[in-house]
Amino acid sequence: MTDPESFLKKEYPYGFVTPIESDTAPRGLNEDIIRFISKKKNEPEFLFEWRLKAYRAWLKMKEPHWANVEYPAIDYQDMIYYSAPKQKKDGPKSLEEVDQEILRTYEKLGIPLEEQKRLAGVAVDAVFDSVSVATTFKEKLKEFGIVFCSFSEAVQHHPDLVKKYLGLVVPPTDNFFAALNAAVFSDGSFCYIPKGVRCPMELSTYFRINAADTGQFERTLIVADEGSSVSYLEGCTAPIRDKNQLHAAVVELVAHERAQIKYSTVQNWYAGDKDGKGGIYNFVTKRGLCQGSHSKISWTQVETGSSITWKYPSCILKGDYSTGEFYSVAVVNNRQQADTGTKMIHLGKNTKSTIISKGISARFGKNTYRGLVRITPGAKGSRNYTQCDSLLMGDQCAADTFPSIEVNNRTSQAEHEATTSKINEDQLFYCKQRGMSEENAISMIVHGFCKEVFKNLPMEFAVEASRLLGVSLEGSVG
Amino acid sequence: MLEIKNLHVSVGDVEILKGIDLKVEGGEVHAVMGPNGSGKSTLTRVLAGHPAYVVTEGHVTYEGKNLLDLSVEDRARQGVFLAFQYPIDIPGVNNAYFLKTAVNEIRKAKGLEELDAMEFLEFLKEKMKIVEMDEGFLNRPVNEGFSGGEKKRNEILQMAVLNPKLAILDETDSGLDIDALKIVSEGVNRLRRPDRSIILVTHYQRMLNYITPDFVHVLMGGKIVKSGGKDLALQLEAKGYEWMKD
Repeated sequence: MTDPESFLKKEYPYGFVTPIESDTAPRGLNEDIIRFISKKKNEPEFLFEWRLKAYRAWLKMKEPHWANVEYPAIDYQDMIYYSAPKQKKDGPKSLEEVDQEILRTYEKLGIPLEEQKRLAGVAVDAVFDSVSVATTFKEKLKEFGIVFCSFSEAVQHHPDLVKKYLGLVVPPTDNFFAALNAAVFSDGSFCYIPKGVRCPMELSTYFRINAADTGQFERTLIVADEGSSVSYLEGCTAPIRDKNQLHAAVVELVAHERAQIKYSTVQNWYAGDKDGKGGIYNFVTKRGLCQGSHSKISWTQVETGSSITWKYPSCILKGDYSTGEFYSVAVVNNRQQADTGTKMIHLGKNTKSTIISKGISARFGKNTYRGLVRITPGAKGSRNYTQCDSLLMGDQCAADTFPSIEVNNRTSQAEHEATTSKINEDQLFYCKQRGMSEENAISMIVHGFCKEVFKNLPMEFAVEASRLLGVSLEGSVG
Repeated sequence: MLEIKNLHVSVGDVEILKGIDLKVEGGEVHAVMGPNGSGKSTLTRVLAGHPAYVVTEGHVTYEGKNLLDLSVEDRARQGVFLAFQYPIDIPGVNNAYFLKTAVNEIRKAKGLEELDAMEFLEFLKEKMKIVEMDEGFLNRPVNEGFSGGEKKRNEILQMAVLNPKLAILDETDSGLDIDALKIVSEGVNRLRRPDRSIILVTHYQRMLNYITPDFVHVLMGGKIVKSGGKDLALQLEAKGYEWMKD
């Protein structure tokens, strides 16, 4: 059959480094580093205290090792916790002040930041290493009362909102990586949609790691007030490097009564080379709170990058009649490992959750679905539907499923379906007999497998995701 | 157009075809009949290039080229079409998309311009009339949840769309009720052309009531034991395969 290696020529296209002067914290982590970061950001006292508390808690916590992944010990003192492109002023006020190199970087990544070049319907917050370098369409969104800006800016201009919501969904001591993030987070995106407003465009954050030996710790906070709705996208890339880099982000979503948040991720961090050298450790805590009744939070993720992925975008369904959704495609190729899934915690009455997880493993990839559905005694009349499908390509990869379902009252029900299949010779033969190349046949079969997830992505992203999938799986069937 | 000489084929250690000779000229319809396990399906798959079948001896020439040298997809692009006995499901991929991809890859290989979505749809709807398929079919995933009859009709539709020079139909009549058999057979008849050859593999004579073959061959124990005209099929129907053994 086809020589798999011949397909490997296509390399990770985002692996370049931007030559830029950076303002960097000294290596290692201690209270001084936290003070350094807080000072850089000119933060109010409460936030500095909040960080310190998280840090002190973190010191007493142990790195979790229950996930089905293996990696050498991380030396938290051999890492840089803050790195930002040097700038003359406190922060760019307009695009003209953003370093040309950075603008070119985003251009190269296919995310031009000049508003006239953007697709009209998407506003972008660009996060470069530890800081947000630009946010587009801010003024236009302001007309609707929508706040969309970098986290640092939110701290300066909307301290009350930050104080009210920061850590509400993911407390600073929630878990080891969330605590680390709370201590050292440097930037991220902030978004507030006021009552009754439907956000007129897609909001997005594009994360780029550039500096070496640096961890990226960003925090995203999205609050949708009563009756509002927003669709939010997140994309990520990083240069090719031999050493692993840590990305430990926290995302918090709050949906008030009848509000809807749709959060989509296309994760394409550098995955390491084919022998597993380098790549990003993507250890992320994402959680949404359906605070009000009839609220809805929907997570869609396409995870193709990172050498290790550890993330469980979850929903706490507190409001009665609230809805949580999780649609996921996770692809592991070569030596990649993913342990991902979701938690749906049903607290309110008549709450509903849907989980559709599609795992694809190729070569030596290891893919684990881990999920928890908990319907509490008070969550009467609640429902969950879970479907976990795994697709294996080759015979040295692995797929595991660890679903946990707890139904604690009699009026609720949970359904779980799981399948494991292989791309088989017969499917390939059928497609090729119709004149298709092996590449196209595989991409079609895989795309079909992921369809239920892709259809939940915004149009622009769906195309990107399906292209990415093709690239990630190049040469994986031989 | 197609010449098979002394073809021996094995799967694993088992030899299934033990020296097949068959010559098919342009526009001819050849029926290959035989009892279960005689090697009929093996013959169809080896012509299409299935990787599990190994040719241990013999030659197959197609339009002057060595067919066995070509990859599966190149055979398809050069006009070899196999209607599968058991068409496989491709979940999540709709028929229209599947066919468009196939047509455009074949066009690309021929140096023709690819059809855009609208052009293709128009072309496809025209072809769908041949096997009386309604438009709802376009958005259904390939073969998934299809009835036996729908699967076979779909195979003939694909044949109509891909416009092959050599169509090999593997037990296209199996699992069809009488109405479906009629639709499928009439579909095949509409696709008969002076420059298109058809090899029709079947267990029963009944499809030949609708599609009149130019030649009938009887395959038994991996060899063609008898060849003749369309009357041979009727004889087989009356007497079964047993009398051949003498």
